[in-house]
Amino acid sequence: MGRKLLIHNDKVPNIHTLDVYRAHGGYASVEKALKTMTPDQVTDEVKKSGLRGRGGAGFPTGLKWSFLAKPEGVARYLVCNADESEPGTFKDRYLMEKIPHALIEGMITSSYALGAKSSYIYIRGEYFYVARIVEKAIEEAYAAGWLGKNILGTDFSHDCYVQVGGGAYICGEETALLESLEGKRGNPRIKPPFPAVAGLYGCPTVVNNVETIAAVCPIVNMGGEEYAKIGIGKSTGTKLISASGHINKPGVYEIELGITVEEFIYSEEYCGGIRNGKKMKAVVAGGSSVPILPTELILKTAKGEPRLMTYESLSDGGFITGTMLGSGGFIVMDEDTSIVKNLFTFTRFYHHESCGQCSPCREGTGWMEKILKKFLNGTAEESDVDLLWDIQSKIEGKTICPLGEAAAWPVAAAIRHFKQEFIDIAKSKKFVDVSHYNRLNKILA
Amino acid sequence: MGAQVHGTQSFDDKKRAEIKFNDAAMATVQKIISRYPEGKQKSALLPVLHVAQAEFGGWLSAEVMDYVASILKIKPIEVFEVASFYTMYNLKPVGKCVIEVCQTSSCWLCGAEDIVKHIEKKLNIKVGETSRDGMFTLKVAECLGSCGTAPMMQIGASFHENLTYDKVDSILDKYKSDGRQRNYTDLDFNNTL
Ligand SMILES: Cc1cc2nc3c(=O)[nH]c(=O)nc-3n(C[C@H](O)[C@H](O)[C@H](O)COP(=O)(O)O)c2cc1C
Ligand code: SF4
Ligand code: FES
Repeated sequence: MGRKLLIHNDKVPNIHTLDVYRAHGGYASVEKALKTMTPDQVTDEVKKSGLRGRGGAGFPTGLKWSFLAKPEGVARYLVCNADESEPGTFKDRYLMEKIPHALIEGMITSSYALGAKSSYIYIRGEYFYVARIVEKAIEEAYAAGWLGKNILGTDFSHDCYVQVGGGAYICGEETALLESLEGKRGNPRIKPPFPAVAGLYGCPTVVNNVETIAAVCPIVNMGGEEYAKIGIGKSTGTKLISASGHINKPGVYEIELGITVEEFIYSEEYCGGIRNGKKMKAVVAGGSSVPILPTELILKTAKGEPRLMTYESLSDGGFITGTMLGSGGFIVMDEDTSIVKNLFTFTRFYHHESCGQCSPCREGTGWMEKILKKFLNGTAEESDVDLLWDIQSKIEGKTICPLGEAAAWPVAAAIRHFKQEFIDIAKSKKFVDVSHYNRLNKILA
Repeated sequence: MGAQVHGTQSFDDKKRAEIKFNDAAMATVQKIISRYPEGKQKSALLPVLHVAQAEFGGWLSAEVMDYVASILKIKPIEVFEVASFYTMYNLKPVGKCVIEVCQTSSCWLCGAEDIVKHIEKKLNIKVGETSRDGMFTLKVAECLGSCGTAPMMQIGASFHENLTYDKVDSILDKYKSDGRQRNYTDLDFNNTL
């Protein structure tokens, strides 16, 4: 059994209440930080831990915190990114729903380190019921003195609020999130300035993912060095993986970074292998925007080494033979899956979610969706494969925010690894979705 | 001046005068506004629009958007800009229950298309339409964070997961017999992962 630091208590009855959470060691990091450490010492521990942002980009959290500008007399903010909309990702929902106090504890300890008097948790609107659970937990925390004025009798006072979104994937991008939090459309801002200098209301702001903030608690409790001993190289600690698709046991798993992909997919502790005795065809390992890999390449790198669940191993080989850990949205597809059709659902998604500010993204995503639709209708030409390739290559690097790239990468990877599938459809002028009928049987059964 | 144009809608002053939050809703709105620093009450816009949508029949008319603007002391166009950007706000009347079936990858892999077809047949409507009795509007949605329990649909605040045809039937029949409007802000949810 791997070590668990975030959701080890998820099956404890009533762990969502303050009393039970406390009885299982909850809020220890707040006590330790506020009573025995300076804010900079907390940041140092986070630096030593090697923790990397769990929202997708994997940027070192301690480093990000140290960039925060601290001009005298200007408010600073911590904003928690709980927008979780990357297809295939549902770990933040699980954490907030099951153990909401783990996030609130992390918000308090992190805010202490950053010197933030107020913090906001921005939760996607569709998770309204989760927002209620978190709000209830916040009320409990206020009543018990973990939030509010002079926490634990110290000088540190803190207020934490929940804000719900209105339904827009782009608000997961941190500057779009800040716009949305200010009551505006979720249009990403041009950077610089970065939020660390001018974020919410123009004030210095740190934006971190739910899981990142929750991980600060075990780091402070056990010390950064101890935390860094878990994992391999620059992939330290544990990571929540959302597993879905054609596996026997979909769900949220906490893994020690460094287990093999093979173990994750086939062992009974995790996904339990492929459903219905089928073979695996492909995996999207880190949420919809990361490159899809065929079975051979997800289980082993191009050099023939076992692929590990780490930032480095998953990206080994770059985008030619590798992928990314991303948000940990792990989608498994069996041998009957049409890669072309799966790609269509992704591309339709990005077209729908483009905020429309940049023409390569706005027009490119729509154009790619249209061409992919031709494949599904059986009206595509072979030359459409090249056209798709051409369009995706002209989006990357030419937009305000990375949604453009997120839309381009899946198209590139699907063509790179499964080109024959596109060509076969174009040649035969027919699209047959076998997987569709399999699923139908399963639903009827 | 007669009717003014507001986005794609027009509105009249008489209707506008009738729109007012009841005390409970107003208290919620004031509580939301209090979360933000002095002068930053515009930040309350998204959550307040959710309250308004729930209070005024499940959608945001021009009059309702104007009313929200007046409460937050911002321009009506600032409200319309936001309401038209986000998918959860309805700018046209909808049925009492809006059914949103996720159609993205993991749900599609697990049969979401069949669920949509089944609902279309059962309610005799197409995606985007409202049933004749005004009870249901059918929509498709992008990933709602239930990929591990696919296929799924959301109705109001409730996530209905691991769907089968039978499950869909019994859920919709229950909503129909109870006949209430369902909102994102409802508390009587029944969600478990
Ligand atoms: C289009 C887009 C969507 C994103 N969605 C999310 C999201 O839902 N949740 C999240 O934590 N980060 C998301 N991110 C990453 C954030 O911009 C940001 O890097 C992250 O919240 C930083 O937190 P971390 O360092 O703790 O990972 C998204 C980025 C982009 C470009
Ligand atoms: S890349 Fe797309 S989503 Fe990002 S700012 Fe440009 S148009 Fe908007
Ligand atoms: S793909 Fe349907 S909920 Fe994520």
